Amino acid sequence: MDSQGSKTIRTVKVDYLARVEGEGALYVKLRGDRVEDVKLKIFEPPRMFEAFLRGRHFTEAPDITARICGICPIAYQMSAAHAVERALGARISPQVRLLRRLFYCGEWIESHALHVFLLHAPDFLGYEDAIQMARQHRDAVEQGLRLKKIGNHLVSVLGGREIHPISACVGGFYRVPGRAELSALTEDLKWALEASLSALRLASGFEYPDFEQDYEFVALRHPEEYPLNEGRLVSNRGLDIDASEFEDHIIEQHVKHSNALQAVLRKRGSYMVGPLARINLNFDRLPEVARQAAADCGFKVPCRNPFRSLQARVLELVFACHEALRIIAEYEPPAEPRVEVTPRASVGWAITEAPRGILYHRYELGEDGRIISARIVPPTSQNQRRVEDDLRALVPQLICLPPEQLSWRCEQAVRNYDPCISCATHFLRLHLERV
Amino acid sequence: MLVVGCGHPDCGDDAAGLLVARRLKQLGVNAVETSGEATSLMACWEAAADVLVVDAMLSGARPGSIQLWDARQVPLMREALRCSTHGLGVAEAVELARALGRLPKRLRICGIEGRRFEPGAAPSPEVLEAVEKASRQIAEEVMCTNQGSSKTC
Repeated sequence: MDSQGSKTIRTVKVDYLARVEGEGALYVKLRGDRVEDVKLKIFEPPRMFEAFLRGRHFTEAPDITARICGICPIAYQMSAAHAVERALGARISPQVRLLRRLFYCGEWIESHALHVFLLHAPDFLGYEDAIQMARQHRDAVEQGLRLKKIGNHLVSVLGGREIHPISACVGGFYRVPGRAELSALTEDLKWALEASLSALRLASGFEYPDFEQDYEFVALRHPEEYPLNEGRLVSNRGLDIDASEFEDHIIEQHVKHSNALQAVLRKRGSYMVGPLARINLNFDRLPEVARQAAADCGFKVPCRNPFRSLQARVLELVFACHEALRIIAEYEPPAEPRVEVTPRASVGWAITEAPRGILYHRYELGEDGRIISARIVPPTSQNQRRVEDDLRALVPQLICLPPEQLSWRCEQAVRNYDPCISCATHFLRLHLERV
Repeated sequence: MLVVGCGHPDCGDDAAGLLVARRLKQLGVNAVETSGEATSLMACWEAAADVLVVDAMLSGARPGSIQLWDARQVPLMREALRCSTHGLGVAEAVELARALGRLPKRLRICGIEGRRFEPGAAPSPEVLEAVEKASRQIAEEVMCTNQGSSKTC
């Protein structure tokens, strides 16, 4: 960090913001005590996945889009499979539906465990990173590593491998596990559930900055379940739409400072997706164990403090472990791992809940099953404008802090969103300029 | 000896570690492929006593040059190994394992200097040459170790 200061100009620069996925930069310009400009810059080159998909067969969509991210490939596979299935009128079996839900639980466990224990907790405990934290909070770090490993294992059992799993396909799975394969995961998942509850107690002792915003939370809502693969898209301000209406209500805007498009709600602006949005809109859909744990540690909805997204993420760990155990206990292998899907000229849409928030896919298919056009809107693109708005409101409260602390608090605020810049279009560099 | 190749298959020279692992398999040597994400890497080596991790690096050296570190002795050049797209990569895995007392008895890192890391790029000719050279040296060492040879490999 460089800093230079005088009465008129003061510049603070952090050249590398760690503990986020991908490469980007954050620029904050202050004139006196007033924030003049905030830009979350994503300069990773555009990755052109929507263009790669054109001309490819619909069966390839889940595997091609899974390459967008090493952390949430299942989210991409699920949104792609559901969108194509909707286009082609395919109906998956109830057992396959449950297996997909279990698959998603594995991704939530590995992604949330990584972010909570190794990327975000060091901010609240005052460490530079998880390596420094490990020296004095060894048990917490070990717990996080084991949780992530359990999530990885669940993904491997269902997907064939941890990174870029290969088993999910349009119509179901290429291969489904036997009962014994899933039952073997039970003891680890029971431990994971207890570890998540203990992590929630640990997180309730963290000091959360006194900062709230009047967010529009956006998430899926299902009539009975905590949302993963299905539901209507709802908000706390009346949004209630089907996936097919997404582009009528949410528009993507190009801004000069970012290679990722920024999504906004038409005529309303920024909105929040991800764990805190989901919890606020679906608290009543959480299992009793998670609702009781939330009550025991004083977590209440509505919660408008973005720093408490860490607690929301741990509550979702509790949910994901509990849900995985429930599904495994009831599991009966499907008679057929997948249904046959016949191509036709059509359009299909799907929204599923990636660990970081909603992931929208749309595919237009030709008669021969080739993809004519594709549209993908990842969660980090949707939170990008909201991160900028948070910083615009937060920085004036931090004006008295020394430059290093101010920069660190800004970085912590960005990490509230667990941004996956690799998905949005990778390094996040912070430039804070005082004029 | 466990050989672990790390990287991203679709980001140019970032694939160097993976390409070494694949070439070793062709040469009849077992090798594991991973993205290089820290927690997965630590899980890969947890039961092994002798580990060699191969990854791309970006240190400013000549593209295709190969460096070998004894990770138990020397703190790694975190910046050189930060060409991974992940927030926590090979260097963080080594330092986190060191902090937790979970380093293998012998852990070496082989870095292959890359030149281009853009999504969709092919590996550079310099790196492909280095991949072949590193693979043959590693294969020879593994075979010597397996034969229990006392000669220095």
